[in-house]
Amino acid sequence: MSNFFEKSDISRSEAENIVSNTLKKCDDGELYLENSKSETILLDDNKIKNSNYNSDLGFGFRAVSDEVVAYSHSNEISKNSLKQSSENLKSTLKSANGTYNYSIPKSNVKYYESINPLEEKTLNSKIDILNKVNDYLRKKDNCVKQVTSNFSGEQKSIEIIRSGGESLTDVRPLIRFNVSVMLEKNGRKETGVYGVGGRQSYDSYLTDDNWKNVCDEAFRIASVNLESKPAPAGEMKVVLGPGWPAILIHEAIGHGLEGDFNRKKTSAFHNLMGQKVASEGVTIVDDGTLDNRRGSLTIDDEGTPTEKTVLIENGILKNFMQDRLNARLMKTRSTGSGRRENYRHIVLPRMRNTMMLSGKQTQEEMIKSVDKGIFAVSFGGGQVDITSGKFVFNCTEAYEIINGKIGSPIKGATLIGDGPSILKEVSMVGNDMMLDPGIGTCGKAGQGVPVGVAQPSILINKMTVGGTSL
Amino acid sequence: MVKDQEYLENKASYCLDLAKKLGATDISVNVGNSISETVNFRNKKLDESNRSDNLGIDITTFIGKKKSSISSSNLLKENLTILIEKCIETTKNTPEDEFNSLPDKDLLANEVRDLNLYDDDHIENDEKVEYLSRLEAAASKDKKIVNTESSFVEDKSNFILANSDGFCKGYKTSSFVASSVTVAKDDKSMERDYEYSRKCHLKDINNAEDLGKKAADLTLRKLSPKKIGSQKIAIIFDKRIAKGMLNTFASAISSSAISRGTSFLKAKINEKIFSETINIIDKPDIFKGLGSKSFDSEGVKSETLNLVEQGILKHYLIDTYNGKKLDLKSNGRCGGTTNLYFNNGETSFKDLLNSNSKCLYITETIGRGSNIVSGDYSVGATGFLVENGEFKYPINEITIAGNLKDMFQNLALANDLEFEYSTNSPTMMIEGMVVAGK
Repeated sequence: MSNFFEKSDISRSEAENIVSNTLKKCDDGELYLENSKSETILLDDNKIKNSNYNSDLGFGFRAVSDEVVAYSHSNEISKNSLKQSSENLKSTLKSANGTYNYSIPKSNVKYYESINPLEEKTLNSKIDILNKVNDYLRKKDNCVKQVTSNFSGEQKSIEIIRSGGESLTDVRPLIRFNVSVMLEKNGRKETGVYGVGGRQSYDSYLTDDNWKNVCDEAFRIASVNLESKPAPAGEMKVVLGPGWPAILIHEAIGHGLEGDFNRKKTSAFHNLMGQKVASEGVTIVDDGTLDNRRGSLTIDDEGTPTEKTVLIENGILKNFMQDRLNARLMKTRSTGSGRRENYRHIVLPRMRNTMMLSGKQTQEEMIKSVDKGIFAVSFGGGQVDITSGKFVFNCTEAYEIINGKIGSPIKGATLIGDGPSILKEVSMVGNDMMLDPGIGTCGKAGQGVPVGVAQPSILINKMTVGGTSL
Repeated sequence: MVKDQEYLENKASYCLDLAKKLGATDISVNVGNSISETVNFRNKKLDESNRSDNLGIDITTFIGKKKSSISSSNLLKENLTILIEKCIETTKNTPEDEFNSLPDKDLLANEVRDLNLYDDDHIENDEKVEYLSRLEAAASKDKKIVNTESSFVEDKSNFILANSDGFCKGYKTSSFVASSVTVAKDDKSMERDYEYSRKCHLKDINNAEDLGKKAADLTLRKLSPKKIGSQKIAIIFDKRIAKGMLNTFASAISSSAISRGTSFLKAKINEKIFSETINIIDKPDIFKGLGSKSFDSEGVKSETLNLVEQGILKHYLIDTYNGKKLDLKSNGRCGGTTNLYFNNGETSFKDLLNSNSKCLYITETIGRGSNIVSGDYSVGATGFLVENGEFKYPINEITIAGNLKDMFQNLALANDLEFEYSTNSPTMMIEGMVVAGK
């Protein structure tokens, strides 16, 4: 755990006094301190291209009055700097006349260990694995023309000091291992990417020859794409595979269920609470409590313990995801969803691990039921316009379905749909829910945070496939 | 106040000296500070104020052909010492790469150009509030506008780039950004659009009322959109989307994509990749230009490059490392392009709209659908159906797709170029793309 005041000219109690004094007439707010250490080691084009180490230290001071947020951050944890921030907040909230809400729920449960993954493995052993990855893939097939692989690891220590001096802390490890391979055959080039990660040590992912599975999967995706033909264009049935394709859920409805957009009534879901927004059998939760998952948090960035929040239960909209500010203004409670990328950013309600739970059907039944459509197995990124509800995501592995059978692979195409109506088009929910491999980063208002997704196979009656073949 | 040159130079020289003492053969240091103050409004009321003070240092140490780097926001001497020791240790343990080096000395910039990139004017938060009040009043005049969010950002930055070959230069820049996002609603739909103005100098920022009204008008015209059937149709890209095509082009000609062989434009120098009416220029020395700079992130002087002349690719964007790999000299593009633009075409905007009896005018695309390895392109889009030069009705929930190789060959431009961003394009038309709809 970091002692943020050890090398500073300001003591903890002096800092606490500034916090309490600044937030006197505010409804909420805190001093958020953060110390993070991260590293990236990159192999590319047969060489170790980059070994980078980053250490980041800073604070963000927030004062909230009614709907207004005043924020100030700096890298210098000093008397001067904190005082300047305090003056800044006070001048914005001159007319604040609220009552500080001291209560914050408590929990002793932890969802990951306070380890520092950076120190658990030597640089040489990491370089060694990256070189093995490169050799393994290049020997596998002579159409392998490029291999890129990297480790990234992070340890983030945070402390939240609230008015009155209450302090909440968390230490968050996060690692990721990624492989990208490019194949070239008959003048065609295609890439395949695969990765794994979570809030654990490197060793939990890279025991023995585990890295080979990651290589094999990246290679398999690239090989499939080498044989792909142009994707169809137009509306058709879509079967989504389990796991990572749940970014559809994340984009299509997840963002629309974040508290801020609903308080501001800019989400297409803002007036649908308690109503049917999905087919029967569709249950979606956002869960911060899964052990060691990328999207899990012991406490959120306001200090609230995370939880498993039911968003949609059997088709009915049950809850939005809330931070303290939006919860207070919407007269409900925080769901422990207040997150920020780092101390440079204000807190927003965000997703953690967003999951559609298993149903009863099998993937085989779904494929069999489709005359003409596509089977999408893996995706790149996605994006949503939460106001119009339209969302997209890009297939990185997909096949055509003809007369109930899986056919040729098709080129990467964008799928587009309408968030509020897509879940009503789900006609089968599989019994094969799977978590993603731990690779997601969600962007909102310029802030990226690690997230997870999960879903079983699902059949969607109608989506627009953005191919080139009419 | 943002840290001055002397403070930054002191930090840089401390790092250079210490790294040298600990055994580095070459060193590069970039140290910077930026302070920004933001005020956000929502529905005509103050929503957020934000002051941000960012310090940062990046240090790269070389021992012969071995290289490693560190970065930090903590500039206390004690911390820098620990980090440099760690960096040297890591460098020793990192395998050699024959292409690692500082830039060639004769390519380094020998001056900081006076491009008027810094405006010392400071706008107090109270004045920002006043500007945003006027902006939001103009934005919310129409009853159908149900939500407005706007912001004013003032940013002042300073940096020093120094290396062990004696390079030590930096300069201040400023930026002011006013923006407005509006949401409009009718009984069939809810839509959002935006407008913003970003300038180096405060007095060049657009008038608040004009900006608010523009955002509202753009949003209102999107209400009650329809979905059209799948078809092959000419696509016209609004200027703010058209510039994205230039950014895709830039990533496909970056020396890193070329040297790794992961670009569909590899080995296309002196080949015709656009029609002969197309010229693409990257010009670093535009007065007050949002992408203007004196040198790139390695200190190499950046000169104007005619990247594409009459449709023919003339240059890649080259940094030191990938240049050495390709046996080419750096052209000062480590970190990317500067002010990148298409020269004007010869057709007026009106004639471009009229060049087909039916076309789609695209105002927004979503999704990262450009694959620079294969050239495949597929994105979600919203816009308008245009018939005989007239805007008929708004369109959404469609995708547009093609391959960049064909799209570049079929690309035509209007003559309405303006320098609003760091990357700028006139209105663009591409024929032969496929729209997927209902």
